[in-house]
Amino acid sequence: MAILVYIEQASGKIKKTSLEAVSYAFALAQKTGEGAVIALALGTVEEQELAAVGEAGASKVLHSTDERLNAGVIQAHATAVAQAFHAVGASTLILAKSSLGDAVAARLAIKLEAGLVSNVVELPRLESGFMVKRSIYTGKAFADTTMTTPKKILAIKKNAVAQKVDGAKAPVEVFDLTLPDTDFASKITATERTIGEVLLPEADVVVSGGRGMKGPENWGMIEDLAQTLGAATGCSKPVSDIGWRPHHEHVGQTGVKVAPTLYIAIGISGAIQHLAGVNSSKCIVVINKDPEAPFFKAADYGIVGDAFEIVPQLTAALKAAQ
Amino acid sequence: MKILVCITHVPDTTSKIHFTDNNSKFDPTGVQFIIGPYDDYALARAVELRDQTGGSLTALNVGEVETEPTLRKALAIGADDAIRINSFPKDSFFVAKQIAHVAKEGGYDLILMGRESIDFNGGMVHGMVGELLGIPSFSPVMKLEVEGTTVKMAREIEGGKEHLEAQLPLIAGCQEPIAEWKIPNMRGIMSARTKPLVVVEPGSFATQAEASSYQLPPAKGTVKLVDKDQVAELVHLLKNEAKVL
Ligand SMILES: Cc1cc2nc3c(=O)[nH]c(=O)nc-3n(C[C@H](O)[C@H](O)[C@H](O)COP(=O)(O)OP(=O)(O)OC[C@H]3O[C@@H](n4cnc5c(N)ncnc54)[C@H](O)[C@@H]3O)c2cc1C
Ligand SMILES: Nc1ncnc2c1ncn2[C@@H]1O[C@H](COP(=O)(O)O)[C@@H](O)[C@H]1O
Repeated sequence: MAILVYIEQASGKIKKTSLEAVSYAFALAQKTGEGAVIALALGTVEEQELAAVGEAGASKVLHSTDERLNAGVIQAHATAVAQAFHAVGASTLILAKSSLGDAVAARLAIKLEAGLVSNVVELPRLESGFMVKRSIYTGKAFADTTMTTPKKILAIKKNAVAQKVDGAKAPVEVFDLTLPDTDFASKITATERTIGEVLLPEADVVVSGGRGMKGPENWGMIEDLAQTLGAATGCSKPVSDIGWRPHHEHVGQTGVKVAPTLYIAIGISGAIQHLAGVNSSKCIVVINKDPEAPFFKAADYGIVGDAFEIVPQLTAALKAAQ
Repeated sequence: MKILVCITHVPDTTSKIHFTDNNSKFDPTGVQFIIGPYDDYALARAVELRDQTGGSLTALNVGEVETEPTLRKALAIGADDAIRINSFPKDSFFVAKQIAHVAKEGGYDLILMGRESIDFNGGMVHGMVGELLGIPSFSPVMKLEVEGTTVKMAREIEGGKEHLEAQLPLIAGCQEPIAEWKIPNMRGIMSARTKPLVVVEPGSFATQAEASSYQLPPAKGTVKLVDKDQVAELVHLLKNEAKVL
């Protein structure tokens, strides 16, 4: 039985979290003794991008070049994945957790009559049944979940496994789909995307600012620091509520959940709702002028002091060390 | 227009999470339960749409009797009636089957949910119900306007947003800034007591992925503070000690 991996792309570039999903599938196949790891890419994707899929652990890449799939049309993507699942005789579908991934996975769970677990944080344990560990209560706890269906779908949280980079080059096959027009009944009328930025949910380093930054005019130093680190920028909820920063940068329980290697929080108090969005970070650095700020309790490193002095110094020190 | 809003009954966002019975059960001691924050956005938008277009607004929860105060709160905020499907929500598949079963009979034009529940955070139930009913589902939706049978939406995508047009009936998983949370007023609270809250028994649907035991994350060590005049020291630590640079 094969494992199918649903690959997400944006503007022809494959998402890093999807490559992680491929590596997860590779490790799973080794563990269960299952056969091939087959990746499915939809829409226009650059050739060298497809090569990375093999390096991440896929033994074959199926590519449907239908341009209508460039956008994340949920129904059409679900139909496409279901067709591939049947075509390759898959038992398991692996995908990266994301807003599109979730929506597609949910519909597939019904289409394929497959069990679905989201927010999976590590490889399953197989001693007694098929047991997956998933993150619940917005990262405040974990649940061991037993999957009882023969077909399974796992939506993987970022950093569940390390991305493999030493796999063999995988052959790419064109995969022909028959997509009903009804799948495209909803029309995407416009897309607004901030180009060139590191995507927040995918980022390995995140620099976030809170209300302590005083106003949007002071974000230049946050952006300088982020740029030096190749980081994405985030913010606390009030900051996006007042409109200092765009909504998609809001991190926390009711915003984006990030899982970077390094999270730097500047002028953020560390309310429990904010922490819920960052508690999967590997290392947390807090810069706050208040030594009593709750964020220090969740931090690995901290500096007590004025962000307006410290942040430019930090940027300079990082540049000096590069 | 007939609107259905599906709401969860979840621990307040400031709750500390604990488990009992050898880590096999959630411990509700000292926990305050609320309408899920995303469901609260869905409900607020649903109230506005019902007020604009007329019709009816039903609030639905799959849960045991202790969720009734949460449903009453939804009535106080503006739902016309409520349905409780009397079962512990065992997994998202089970919940979706229950909701789809009731929704099919109700013949709703628009079903609003939260983008995700904040207990299991699956973000799955809307898609499953959509597929079960054979209608489209969209999430996370941050803007939703209804003009006749056309629905204009903005959906958040990573790093931006997407504007969409679709036809009723459909399902949307909502998030801010679709509407502002509504706080029940005195009249709402009074009228909520007499609005209908119907309890229906669950259909016998299977589960697929039930949780068997729970764990808390390992405790965090204490923070290492760096003096504000030694910023370069932080860079050194991140590079050589934490090895994250
Ligand atoms: C249902 C619900 C959901 C929520 N969801 C979220 C969520 O998802 N994400 C989220 O972030 N919040 C969320 N909140 C809000 C949350 O409770 C806090 O209000 C919010 O996180 C505080 O933002 P802040 O830390 O930027 O601002 P504040 O609490 O005002 O903190 C500002 C911090 O900046 C520091 N500071 C000030 N000046 C300086 C300076 N010059 N240099 C350095 N430090 C300075 C201060 O010491 C303070 O610690 C939610 C709330 C509710 C009720
Ligand atoms: N037990 C439940 N009762 C009613 N609605 C629910 C229930 N569980 C989930 N939902 C709805 O489905 C949405 C997504 O939930 P989830 O898939 O669990 O993240 C929630 O925001 C609710 O609108």
